[in-house]
Amino acid sequence: MERAILVFDNTSEVIRAEGVLKSAGWSIRVMGPPPEIRSGCDLVIEIPLMERLNILRTLERKGLLPIETVPVVSPLLQPVDLFQSKDFGDYLMVRAANMKLTIHKKSLVIVNISGGGCPDVPYLAEAMVGKKLDESPSPREIGHTLCGYALQLAYEEIKRQCLP
Amino acid sequence: MFAVVGTVPDEDFPLVSGKVTMDGDKICIQGHSVPVNRGTPALLAAAIKTCETLNSNLPFGCLVGDIGKGAGSRRLYATLVEQLTSFDSGPGDSQLKTDKRSETGTDLNVFVFHYLQPDVDWHNRILMAMEKMRKRPVLIADAGFMYAAKMSGFAAEYDLFTPDAGELAFLADEAAPHPFYTRGFVLHEENKIPELIARAYEHENAARCLLVKGKTDYVVDEKQIHATVDTPLEDAMEAMGGTGDTLVGIVSALIGTGMSVIKAAALAAKVNRWAGHYARPTPATQVIEIIEQIPRAFSRVLREEK
Repeated sequence: MERAILVFDNTSEVIRAEGVLKSAGWSIRVMGPPPEIRSGCDLVIEIPLMERLNILRTLERKGLLPIETVPVVSPLLQPVDLFQSKDFGDYLMVRAANMKLTIHKKSLVIVNISGGGCPDVPYLAEAMVGKKLDESPSPREIGHTLCGYALQLAYEEIKRQCLP
Repeated sequence: MFAVVGTVPDEDFPLVSGKVTMDGDKICIQGHSVPVNRGTPALLAAAIKTCETLNSNLPFGCLVGDIGKGAGSRRLYATLVEQLTSFDSGPGDSQLKTDKRSETGTDLNVFVFHYLQPDVDWHNRILMAMEKMRKRPVLIADAGFMYAAKMSGFAAEYDLFTPDAGELAFLADEAAPHPFYTRGFVLHEENKIPELIARAYEHENAARCLLVKGKTDYVVDEKQIHATVDTPLEDAMEAMGGTGDTLVGIVSALIGTGMSVIKAAALAAKVNRWAGHYARPTPATQVIEIIEQIPRAFSRVLREEK
């Protein structure tokens, strides 16, 4: 199937658009952009080319139009999809790509966030550390960069492991 | 004298520059104070503790608020590009130059770039501006700015990168534009570190020197592993946010005193490990507890060095 990518102005919009499209049932993937359109902290959304207009209409309804749609002509970069868990006894740490999230197992309180280098990491840590897993804002809601996106993956994985 | 260029996690924090001090668990600059949690404030706090211990000049900060949207970083980049040459006591009366002269009285000869939005275009403009300075400063990059430096293809222009094992794998993967895309075959197990170091240099994606943070810290000079530091080992530090930032703060302050990059890197690795050890950390320990132990760690390491 022919694929295309949706290019947005910033990573925050990609993260929001991913949520909108997945909720609407579209088969899409968040990927790395081809070299010619990389600026430094990028994500794009890969979509089936044939569904382009329907997908754009879904996004338009949420005020989230991409700045361009580009046909995929070469392999796109795959985000890291491996998780590593480390048990510290009373604490559990989950790593996704370059981000690590640690909780106190009994209370389910987020005790530390480490790794990453984008400026939303300290912001996310300030907002999340000290809160219970099910009460914390998610990185998807308040993060803006690839590091924030990686933290979302770690957050989802640790919730999968620890919440009923 | 060294300058630290980075961000604080408050969107409304203005662009400021000047001498940075510490008051309790906050850093202070130009009448503003910022809690020390992780990121650039943690780097600066560790640097200040180092300067106080060694009785050397406090860091000069160039800070702006940015919560990941990039607007603050870009404003800081633009201001730096416009005013960088003024750091070198050239003509002009920019605000940064005035701040620098009034507060430090000396030239800035070390620049540390830290938690900034990775942006290759702005990175290249900064680097070009640096090259125009009369005397090229020592250039250190960590976190987001290191990502941009690698992606730009100009990594070799830097004197020191300070990656952790995962970031080293990113440097070693010539195709990855961000650690998020490091390919699976570039594994970052501890026993692969020498291999990754070699690969990073092979593709010219490493600075002249590397300080690789991890279970064992590696100090690398021009492709050769110069030293390793692996004691004391506190496993919990892997989970703690900001322990890499403290290491960069210590090494930057040491280089700011005129110490060679390699000697500073080896010394900083030891001090950071001992500071962590003295804090008796658990995975819930916060980085300020380690920063408070830096003077004690210096006492021990300098005594041993003698």
